Amino acid sequence: MLRAIYDWVDERLDITPIWRDVADHEVPEHVNPAHHFSAFIYCFGGLTFFVVVIQILSGMFLALYYVPDIVNAHPSVSYLQNELAMGAIVRGMHHWGASVAIVMLFLHTLRVFFTGSYKHPREFNWIVGMLIFLVMIGLGFTGYLLPWDNKAYFATKVGVEIAASVPFVGKYIATFLQGGDIVGAVTLERFFALHVFFLPALLFMLLAVHFILIRRQGISGPL
Amino acid sequence: MSKKVSRRKFLTYMLGGTAGFLGAGLLFPMVRFAVDPVMKKGGGVGFVDVGMRVSEITDRPKAVQFKVHRKDGWYQPEEGELLTAWVMKDEKGQVVALSPVCKHLGCTVNWDSNPQFKNQFFCPCHFGRYYKDGTNVPGTPPSKPLDKYQIKIENDRLLIGPVNKA
Repeated sequence: MLRAIYDWVDERLDITPIWRDVADHEVPEHVNPAHHFSAFIYCFGGLTFFVVVIQILSGMFLALYYVPDIVNAHPSVSYLQNELAMGAIVRGMHHWGASVAIVMLFLHTLRVFFTGSYKHPREFNWIVGMLIFLVMIGLGFTGYLLPWDNKAYFATKVGVEIAASVPFVGKYIATFLQGGDIVGAVTLERFFALHVFFLPALLFMLLAVHFILIRRQGISGPL
Repeated sequence: MSKKVSRRKFLTYMLGGTAGFLGAGLLFPMVRFAVDPVMKKGGGVGFVDVGMRVSEITDRPKAVQFKVHRKDGWYQPEEGELLTAWVMKDEKGQVVALSPVCKHLGCTVNWDSNPQFKNQFFCPCHFGRYYKDGTNVPGTPPSKPLDKYQIKIENDRLLIGPVNKA
Protein backbone atom coordinates (compact mmCIF):
# COMPACT_ATOMS: atom_id res chain seq x y z
CA MET A 1 0.00 0.00 0.00
CA LEU A 2 2.66 2.53 1.08
CA ARG A 3 4.91 1.19 -1.64
CA ALA A 4 2.15 1.76 -4.20
CA ILE A 5 1.64 5.36 -3.07
CA TYR A 6 5.37 5.98 -3.18
CA ASP A 7 5.64 4.48 -6.67
CA TRP A 8 2.69 6.57 -7.84
CA VAL A 9 4.34 9.80 -6.67
CA ASP A 10 7.81 8.72 -7.78
CA GLU A 11 6.62 7.93 -11.28
CA ARG A 12 5.34 11.48 -11.66
CA LEU A 13 7.84 13.55 -9.65
CA ASP A 14 10.97 11.37 -9.71
CA ILE A 15 11.60 11.86 -5.98
CA THR A 16 14.02 8.97 -5.45
CA PRO A 17 17.12 10.94 -6.50
CA ILE A 18 16.15 13.74 -4.09
CA TRP A 19 15.88 11.60 -1.00
CA ARG A 20 18.90 9.52 -2.03
CA ASP A 21 20.84 12.78 -2.14
CA VAL A 22 19.68 13.65 1.37
CA ALA A 23 19.74 10.30 3.14
CA ASP A 24 21.88 7.87 1.17
CA HIS A 25 25.48 8.63 1.97
CA GLU A 26 28.49 6.80 3.24
CA VAL A 27 29.19 6.72 6.96
CA PRO A 28 32.93 6.02 7.32
CA GLU A 29 34.03 3.32 9.73
CA HIS A 30 35.72 5.74 12.13
CA VAL A 31 32.46 7.55 12.85
CA ASN A 32 30.35 4.39 13.25
CA PRO A 33 29.90 3.40 16.91
CA ALA A 34 29.25 -0.19 15.78
CA HIS A 35 32.94 -0.40 14.83
CA HIS A 36 34.52 1.79 17.48
CA PHE A 37 32.35 2.63 20.45
CA SER A 38 34.24 5.87 21.05
CA ALA A 39 32.81 7.10 17.75
CA PHE A 40 29.68 8.14 19.70
CA ILE A 41 31.34 11.55 20.01
CA TYR A 42 30.36 12.10 16.37
CA CYS A 43 26.68 12.04 17.39
CA PHE A 44 26.63 15.41 19.13
CA GLY A 45 26.02 17.48 15.98
CA GLY A 46 23.01 15.36 15.08
CA LEU A 47 21.79 15.46 18.68
CA THR A 48 22.03 19.26 18.67
CA PHE A 49 19.88 19.34 15.56
CA PHE A 50 17.41 16.90 17.12
CA VAL A 51 17.06 19.11 20.21
CA VAL A 52 16.66 22.18 17.98
CA VAL A 53 13.76 20.41 16.23
CA ILE A 54 12.17 19.78 19.65
CA GLN A 55 12.69 23.46 20.52
CA ILE A 56 11.01 24.57 17.30
CA LEU A 57 8.04 22.24 17.82
CA SER A 58 7.52 22.99 21.52
CA GLY A 59 8.02 26.71 20.84
CA MET A 60 5.34 26.67 18.15
CA PHE A 61 2.93 25.04 20.56
CA LEU A 62 3.77 27.44 23.40
CA ALA A 63 3.05 30.35 21.05
CA LEU A 64 -0.57 29.15 20.92
CA TYR A 65 -1.06 30.58 24.41
CA TYR A 66 1.82 32.98 25.14
CA VAL A 67 1.34 36.77 24.94
CA PRO A 68 4.36 39.10 24.68
CA ASP A 69 3.01 41.94 26.76
CA ILE A 70 4.08 43.16 30.20
CA VAL A 71 0.57 42.86 31.65
CA ASN A 72 -0.34 39.47 30.21
CA ALA A 73 2.98 37.65 29.69
CA HIS A 74 3.31 36.20 33.17
CA PRO A 75 -0.41 35.34 33.60
CA SER A 76 -0.40 33.62 30.20
CA VAL A 77 2.68 31.56 31.07
CA SER A 78 1.17 30.66 34.44
CA TYR A 79 -2.09 29.70 32.70
CA LEU A 80 -0.46 27.52 30.06
CA GLN A 81 1.74 25.82 32.63
CA ASN A 82 -0.80 25.26 35.42
CA GLU A 83 -4.24 25.13 33.88
CA LEU A 84 -3.74 23.30 30.59
CA ALA A 85 -3.21 19.58 30.18
CA MET A 86 0.48 18.78 29.53
CA GLY A 87 1.33 22.46 29.95
CA ALA A 88 4.14 21.74 32.39
CA ILE A 89 5.49 19.07 30.02
CA VAL A 90 5.47 21.24 26.90
CA ARG A 91 6.96 24.24 28.70
CA GLY A 92 9.40 21.89 30.39
CA MET A 93 10.54 20.54 27.02
CA HIS A 94 11.27 24.08 25.86
CA HIS A 95 12.86 25.11 29.17
CA TRP A 96 15.16 22.10 29.61
CA GLY A 97 15.65 21.65 25.88
CA ALA A 98 17.18 25.13 25.73
CA SER A 99 19.92 24.08 28.15
CA VAL A 100 20.39 20.67 26.52
CA ALA A 101 20.76 22.32 23.11
CA ILE A 102 23.57 24.53 24.38
CA VAL A 103 25.30 21.56 26.08
CA MET A 104 25.08 19.42 22.92
CA LEU A 105 26.28 22.32 20.81
CA PHE A 106 29.24 22.74 23.12
CA LEU A 107 30.11 19.01 23.04
CA HIS A 108 29.85 19.07 19.25
CA THR A 109 32.22 22.03 19.15
CA LEU A 110 34.68 20.23 21.45
CA ARG A 111 34.58 17.13 19.23
CA VAL A 112 35.24 19.20 16.11
CA PHE A 113 38.05 21.01 17.88
CA PHE A 114 39.83 17.97 19.30
CA THR A 115 39.55 15.90 16.11
CA GLY A 116 40.95 18.88 14.22
CA SER A 117 37.99 18.78 11.87
CA TYR A 118 37.98 22.57 11.51
CA LYS A 119 41.22 22.46 9.51
CA HIS A 120 41.65 22.80 5.74
CA PRO A 121 39.36 22.51 3.78
CA ARG A 122 36.63 22.95 6.40
CA GLU A 123 37.57 26.35 7.84
CA PHE A 124 34.45 27.96 6.42
CA ASN A 125 32.15 25.46 8.11
CA TRP A 126 33.83 26.18 11.45
CA ILE A 127 33.00 29.86 10.96
CA VAL A 128 29.40 28.98 10.13
CA GLY A 129 29.30 26.79 13.24
CA MET A 130 30.54 29.67 15.38
CA LEU A 131 27.79 31.89 13.93
CA ILE A 132 25.25 29.18 14.80
CA PHE A 133 26.69 29.17 18.33
CA LEU A 134 26.15 32.95 18.60
CA VAL A 135 22.60 32.69 17.28
CA MET A 136 21.81 29.90 19.76
CA ILE A 137 23.17 31.99 22.63
CA GLY A 138 21.02 34.86 21.35
CA LEU A 139 17.97 32.58 21.30
CA GLY A 140 18.70 31.58 24.89
CA PHE A 141 19.15 35.19 26.01
CA THR A 142 16.00 36.52 24.32
CA GLY A 143 13.88 33.53 25.39
CA TYR A 144 14.91 33.96 29.02
CA LEU A 145 13.05 37.27 29.30
CA LEU A 146 9.74 36.04 27.93
CA PRO A 147 8.15 34.58 31.13
CA TRP A 148 8.51 38.11 32.57
CA ASP A 149 9.19 37.03 36.14
CA ASN A 150 11.84 38.39 38.51
CA LYS A 151 14.54 36.04 37.28
CA ALA A 152 13.83 36.93 33.65
CA TYR A 153 13.75 40.65 34.35
CA PHE A 154 17.01 40.85 36.30
CA ALA A 155 18.85 38.42 34.03
CA THR A 156 17.99 40.71 31.13
CA LYS A 157 19.05 43.79 33.10
CA VAL A 158 22.40 42.14 33.77
CA GLY A 159 22.75 41.08 30.13
CA VAL A 160 21.98 44.55 28.89
CA GLU A 161 24.45 46.07 31.39
CA ILE A 162 27.13 43.73 30.10
CA ALA A 163 26.34 44.78 26.54
CA ALA A 164 26.49 48.41 27.69
CA SER A 165 30.06 47.91 28.89
CA VAL A 166 31.33 47.60 25.32
CA PRO A 167 33.67 50.58 24.68
CA PHE A 168 32.22 53.54 22.77
CA VAL A 169 29.12 51.81 21.27
CA GLY A 170 27.90 50.05 24.43
CA LYS A 171 25.35 52.75 25.23
CA TYR A 172 23.80 52.42 21.79
CA ILE A 173 23.71 48.62 21.92
CA ALA A 174 21.91 48.77 25.28
CA THR A 175 19.34 51.26 24.00
CA PHE A 176 18.84 49.16 20.89
CA LEU A 177 18.31 45.97 22.93
CA GLN A 178 15.92 47.68 25.34
CA GLY A 179 14.14 49.66 22.66
CA GLY A 180 14.31 52.58 25.09
CA ASP A 181 15.83 53.66 28.38
CA ILE A 182 14.58 50.81 30.57
CA VAL A 183 13.90 47.07 30.39
CA GLY A 184 10.16 47.30 29.86
CA ALA A 185 7.24 46.89 27.50
CA VAL A 186 9.22 47.55 24.33
CA THR A 187 12.05 45.27 25.44
CA LEU A 188 9.70 42.34 25.97
CA GLU A 189 8.09 42.81 22.57
CA ARG A 190 11.37 43.06 20.69
CA PHE A 191 12.93 40.13 22.54
CA PHE A 192 9.85 38.14 21.55
CA ALA A 193 10.21 39.18 17.90
CA LEU A 194 13.92 38.34 17.94
CA HIS A 195 13.22 35.01 19.66
CA VAL A 196 10.52 33.73 17.32
CA PHE A 197 11.16 35.48 13.99
CA PHE A 198 14.60 37.00 13.43
CA LEU A 199 16.92 34.55 15.16
CA PRO A 200 15.14 31.36 14.01
CA ALA A 201 15.20 32.64 10.42
CA LEU A 202 18.92 33.30 10.75
CA LEU A 203 19.41 29.90 12.38
CA PHE A 204 17.64 28.05 9.54
CA MET A 205 19.82 29.74 6.93
CA LEU A 206 23.01 28.99 8.82
CA LEU A 207 21.95 25.37 9.44
CA ALA A 208 21.24 24.94 5.72
CA VAL A 209 24.73 26.20 4.87
CA HIS A 210 26.25 24.03 7.63
CA PHE A 211 24.57 20.87 6.29
CA ILE A 212 25.22 21.60 2.63
CA LEU A 213 28.90 22.14 3.40
CA ILE A 214 29.25 18.92 5.39
CA ARG A 215 27.66 16.98 2.51
CA ARG A 216 29.92 18.68 -0.01
CA GLN A 217 33.11 18.18 1.93
CA GLY A 218 32.31 14.91 3.65
CA ILE A 219 33.15 13.89 7.21
CA SER A 220 36.76 14.56 8.15
CA GLY A 221 39.14 11.59 8.25
CA PRO A 222 40.21 9.53 11.29
CA LEU A 223 42.80 10.81 13.72
CA MET B 1 0.96 -16.91 6.37
CA SER B 2 3.79 -18.70 4.60
CA LYS B 3 5.44 -15.46 3.59
CA LYS B 4 8.67 -15.11 5.46
CA VAL B 5 9.75 -11.79 6.87
CA SER B 6 13.24 -11.13 5.65
CA ARG B 7 15.92 -9.92 8.03
CA ARG B 8 16.03 -6.58 6.22
CA LYS B 9 12.26 -6.16 6.46
CA PHE B 10 12.27 -7.08 10.16
CA LEU B 11 14.92 -4.49 10.90
CA THR B 12 13.09 -1.87 8.87
CA TYR B 13 9.90 -2.54 10.84
CA MET B 14 11.75 -2.39 14.18
CA LEU B 15 13.47 0.84 13.22
CA GLY B 16 10.24 2.36 11.95
CA GLY B 17 8.34 1.22 15.04
CA THR B 18 10.93 2.66 17.40
CA ALA B 19 11.06 5.95 15.51
CA GLY B 20 7.27 6.10 15.49
CA PHE B 21 7.12 5.42 19.23
CA LEU B 22 9.66 8.13 19.99
CA GLY B 23 7.96 10.58 17.65
CA ALA B 24 4.56 9.88 19.20
CA GLY B 25 5.99 10.33 22.70
CA LEU B 26 7.35 13.67 21.59
CA LEU B 27 4.24 14.89 19.81
CA PHE B 28 1.56 13.59 22.16
CA PRO B 29 2.08 16.16 24.96
CA MET B 30 2.20 19.03 22.49
CA VAL B 31 -0.94 18.00 20.63
CA ARG B 32 -2.80 17.29 23.88
CA PHE B 33 -1.70 20.76 25.07
CA ALA B 34 -2.99 22.36 21.87
CA VAL B 35 -6.40 20.64 21.92
CA ASP B 36 -7.00 21.18 25.65
CA PRO B 37 -9.65 23.89 25.09
CA VAL B 38 -11.65 21.33 23.09
CA MET B 39 -11.46 18.73 25.86
CA LYS B 40 -12.44 21.16 28.62
CA LYS B 41 -15.99 21.96 29.58
CA GLY B 42 -16.71 25.65 29.33
CA GLY B 43 -17.33 27.32 32.67
CA GLY B 44 -21.01 28.20 32.83
CA VAL B 45 -22.33 31.57 33.90
CA GLY B 46 -24.78 31.78 36.77
CA PHE B 47 -27.95 33.84 37.20
CA VAL B 48 -27.48 37.58 37.53
CA ASP B 49 -29.88 40.10 39.04
CA VAL B 50 -30.26 42.63 36.24
CA GLY B 51 -31.77 45.27 38.50
CA MET B 52 -35.20 45.32 36.91
CA ARG B 53 -38.63 44.84 38.49
CA VAL B 54 -40.90 42.40 36.67
CA SER B 55 -43.75 44.88 37.03
CA GLU B 56 -41.73 47.38 34.95
CA ILE B 57 -41.54 45.01 32.00
CA THR B 58 -43.90 45.92 29.18
CA ASP B 59 -44.76 44.16 25.95
CA ARG B 60 -42.24 46.33 24.14
CA PRO B 61 -38.72 44.80 23.97
CA LYS B 62 -36.28 46.71 26.13
CA ALA B 63 -32.51 46.27 26.00
CA VAL B 64 -31.24 45.22 29.43
CA GLN B 65 -27.50 45.19 30.08
CA PHE B 66 -25.99 43.02 32.76
CA LYS B 67 -22.54 41.79 33.72
CA VAL B 68 -21.36 38.21 33.96
CA HIS B 69 -18.04 36.97 35.26
CA ARG B 70 -16.43 34.58 32.87
CA LYS B 71 -12.84 33.39 32.70
CA ASP B 72 -11.22 33.92 29.30
CA GLY B 73 -7.99 31.93 29.54
CA TRP B 74 -5.76 33.95 31.86
CA TYR B 75 -7.97 37.02 31.50
CA GLN B 76 -10.87 37.82 33.78
CA PRO B 77 -11.89 41.47 33.83
CA GLU B 78 -12.80 42.51 37.34
CA GLU B 79 -15.77 44.56 36.20
CA GLY B 80 -17.12 41.53 34.28
CA GLU B 81 -18.28 41.11 30.72
CA LEU B 82 -21.23 43.18 29.50
CA LEU B 83 -24.10 41.23 27.93
CA THR B 84 -27.42 42.42 26.54
CA ALA B 85 -30.88 40.86 26.64
CA TRP B 86 -34.06 42.05 24.98
CA VAL B 87 -36.67 41.74 27.72
CA MET B 88 -40.44 41.92 27.22
CA LYS B 89 -43.71 40.23 28.18
CA ASP B 90 -45.34 38.03 25.58
CA GLU B 91 -49.10 38.05 24.87
CA LYS B 92 -49.65 35.58 27.74
CA GLY B 93 -47.87 37.94 30.14
CA GLN B 94 -44.82 35.67 30.47
CA VAL B 95 -41.42 37.36 30.70
CA VAL B 96 -39.12 36.63 27.77
CA ALA B 97 -35.43 37.55 27.50
CA LEU B 98 -34.08 37.22 23.98
CA SER B 99 -30.41 36.94 23.09
CA PRO B 100 -29.27 39.70 20.70
CA VAL B 101 -27.02 37.32 18.77
CA CYS B 102 -28.25 36.84 15.21
CA LYS B 103 -28.78 33.19 14.28
CA HIS B 104 -27.39 33.78 10.81
CA LEU B 105 -23.71 34.52 11.54
CA GLY B 106 -23.58 35.93 15.04
CA CYS B 107 -23.83 39.71 14.59
CA THR B 108 -25.92 41.75 17.01
CA VAL B 109 -29.58 42.49 16.37
CA ASN B 110 -31.44 45.61 17.47
CA TRP B 111 -35.13 46.27 18.04
CA ASP B 112 -36.82 48.70 15.69
CA SER B 113 -33.49 50.02 14.45
CA ASN B 114 -34.31 50.15 10.74
CA PRO B 115 -37.10 52.56 9.75
CA GLN B 116 -37.97 50.23 6.86
CA PHE B 117 -38.82 47.39 9.24
CA LYS B 118 -40.88 48.76 12.10
CA ASN B 119 -41.35 46.59 15.16
CA GLN B 120 -38.87 43.95 14.15
CA PHE B 121 -35.43 42.90 15.31
CA PHE B 122 -32.98 43.87 12.59
CA CYS B 123 -29.44 42.66 12.00
CA PRO B 124 -27.27 45.16 10.06
CA CYS B 125 -24.77 42.60 8.75
CA HIS B 126 -26.95 40.78 6.22
CA PHE B 127 -30.38 42.30 6.88
CA GLY B 128 -31.65 39.38 8.94
CA ARG B 129 -35.01 40.11 10.60
CA TYR B 130 -37.09 38.65 13.42
CA TYR B 131 -40.61 39.28 14.66
CA LYS B 132 -41.18 40.54 18.17
CA ASP B 133 -41.32 37.04 19.64
CA GLY B 134 -37.93 36.25 18.12
CA THR B 135 -39.20 34.16 15.22
CA ASN B 136 -37.10 34.70 12.11
CA VAL B 137 -38.84 36.43 9.22
CA PRO B 138 -38.99 33.92 6.33
CA GLY B 139 -36.93 34.96 3.32
CA THR B 140 -34.25 36.73 5.41
CA PRO B 141 -30.87 35.10 6.14
CA PRO B 142 -31.50 33.60 9.62
CA SER B 143 -32.98 30.10 9.60
CA LYS B 144 -33.81 29.87 13.31
CA PRO B 145 -35.52 32.09 15.91
CA LEU B 146 -33.42 34.11 18.36
CA ASP B 147 -32.15 32.20 21.42
CA LYS B 148 -33.81 32.80 24.78
CA TYR B 149 -31.97 33.37 28.04
CA GLN B 150 -33.00 31.24 31.01
CA ILE B 151 -34.75 33.50 33.48
CA LYS B 152 -35.79 33.36 37.13
CA ILE B 153 -38.09 35.67 39.00
CA GLU B 154 -37.47 36.21 42.70
CA ASN B 155 -39.46 38.77 44.72
CA ASP B 156 -40.48 40.66 41.59
CA ARG B 157 -36.86 40.91 40.46
CA LEU B 158 -35.64 39.54 37.15
CA LEU B 159 -32.61 37.24 37.10
CA ILE B 160 -31.02 36.26 33.82
CA GLY B 161 -28.96 33.09 33.38
CA PRO B 162 -27.26 31.28 30.53
CA VAL B 163 -28.69 31.12 27.03
CA ASN B 164 -30.94 28.15 26.33
CA LYS B 165 -29.13 26.34 23.57
CA ALA B 166 -31.74 25.26 21.05
